[in-house]
Amino acid sequence: MRTCGATPGGPSLDGIDLATQTVIQGVILKEGVDDSVPNGAPVTNGHVRLLDASGEFTAEVPTNQSGQFRFFASPGVWTLVVQAPGARVEHKVSAQRGVPTDLVIHI
Amino acid sequence: MSRETSLVTADWVAENLKNPDVAIIEVDEDTTLYGQGHIENAITFHWREDLQDGLIRDLISKEKFEALLSKNGIANDTTVVLYGGNNNWFATYAFWYFKIYGHQDVRLLDGGRKRWELDARPFVTEVPVRTATRYVAKERDNSIRAFRDEVVAAIGTKNIVDVRSPAEFSGELAAPAHLPQEGGQIKGHIPTAKNIPWSKAANEDGTFKSDAELNEIYTGAGVDLAKDTIAYCRIGERSAFSWFVLHELLGVNNVKNYDGSWTEYGSLVGVPVAVGA
Repeated sequence: MRTCGATPGGPSLDGIDLATQTVIQGVILKEGVDDSVPNGAPVTNGHVRLLDASGEFTAEVPTNQSGQFRFFASPGVWTLVVQAPGARVEHKVSAQRGVPTDLVIHI
Repeated sequence: MSRETSLVTADWVAENLKNPDVAIIEVDEDTTLYGQGHIENAITFHWREDLQDGLIRDLISKEKFEALLSKNGIANDTTVVLYGGNNNWFATYAFWYFKIYGHQDVRLLDGGRKRWELDARPFVTEVPVRTATRYVAKERDNSIRAFRDEVVAAIGTKNIVDVRSPAEFSGELAAPAHLPQEGGQIKGHIPTAKNIPWSKAANEDGTFKSDAELNEIYTGAGVDLAKDTIAYCRIGERSAFSWFVLHELLGVNNVKNYDGSWTEYGSLVGVPVAVGA
C-alpha cells in the first residue's frame, strides 16, 4: 500500500543534542516499492546492526513497533546490515555530527 | 562446562516450553520487548531492577537473590534457560550471575531472542504464573569475578581481554553505538589489554561459532589460555558473553569477568590508561 503524509525515516529527534551526537537512524519497510515516496509496511521484527569502516560489529538494535531504529555513532563511513525473517540487506552510509543521517530502507 | 551442558538450541526450548522442571527467563536492560511478546511461559528479569543492588554498585545480596528466585518459582533443581535481546549480552550476564550463586543447571538459548525471531517462531504476551518456592543460594563464587585491584595488578602479567568494539577500545566512542555517547569517565582501555570484540565469537544471527573457530579467535590473537584471563567491557555484560565462550564453551577454568569494567576502571584516579588501536 502506498502511504504518504507521515514523515519518513527514523524516530523523532526531539530531545537529542544534535550538536554533540552523530545520529544514524531510519525506518525499515517491506512489501513496498523502492522509490522517492516511502511506502510499504514497517518491519517490526527486524534487527539492524552497525558495522564500522573495517566491517567490525559496533552495535545492533531491534526495530521498534514502527519499524524504526537509531544509532549514536561517530563521523565516518558505516555499514548497516538489516536482518528480518527471510531477508538480509546491507546499506552503506556516511555519518556526520550535527546532521542526522535519516534513511528509508526497503527489504 | 561444555556446549552440551551450557547451551540449548531453539528446537530444545520449543520442546520444553511446558516442562515444569524448566524455567525460561528473558533477561535484558529494557524489558519493553518482553511485554510486546516473548517465548511461551518465559518470565523476565530486568538487568537493573532485578539484578543490581540499586544502593551500592554490586550484585544483589544472597538473600535478595533467594527471594527473587523463590518468588518466581525457581527451585534449586530447576533447569534455568536464559535468553534475551542484544545478542544475549544480558542473558549471559545472568548466566554468570546464576553461577556466582551456585545454581546447578543453567543454560543459554543459542542465538537468543534474535534467532528465535529470525526463525519466525511464535511469541506470546501472556505472563505465566509459577508456584513460589524456597530457593537456597550458595555463597558467592568469586573465582569467576574480578575486582579492580586484581585488574590493576594484572596489567602486563595476566591476559586482559577488552571485548568492546574497536571504536570504544581506541577511545573514539564512550559507549556502544546504540546508546548516547555520554559519560564523565575518560575514554580508552586498560594497558596491555587485547581487543577481541565479543562479536567475533558470534555468527551474524547471534548463535555461537564452533569450538574450533572460538579457540582460534583467542589463540590467533596471541592469548595464552594457560594463563589467567580477565575479560571486561563497559558494564560487564558483553564481557560475560566472552566469559561464557571461554569458561563454558571452551572449558577454560581460570577466566574471570570484571563486571566493574570500563565504567569503573575509566573513573579510577591515577591508574594507567592506553588509547589508540
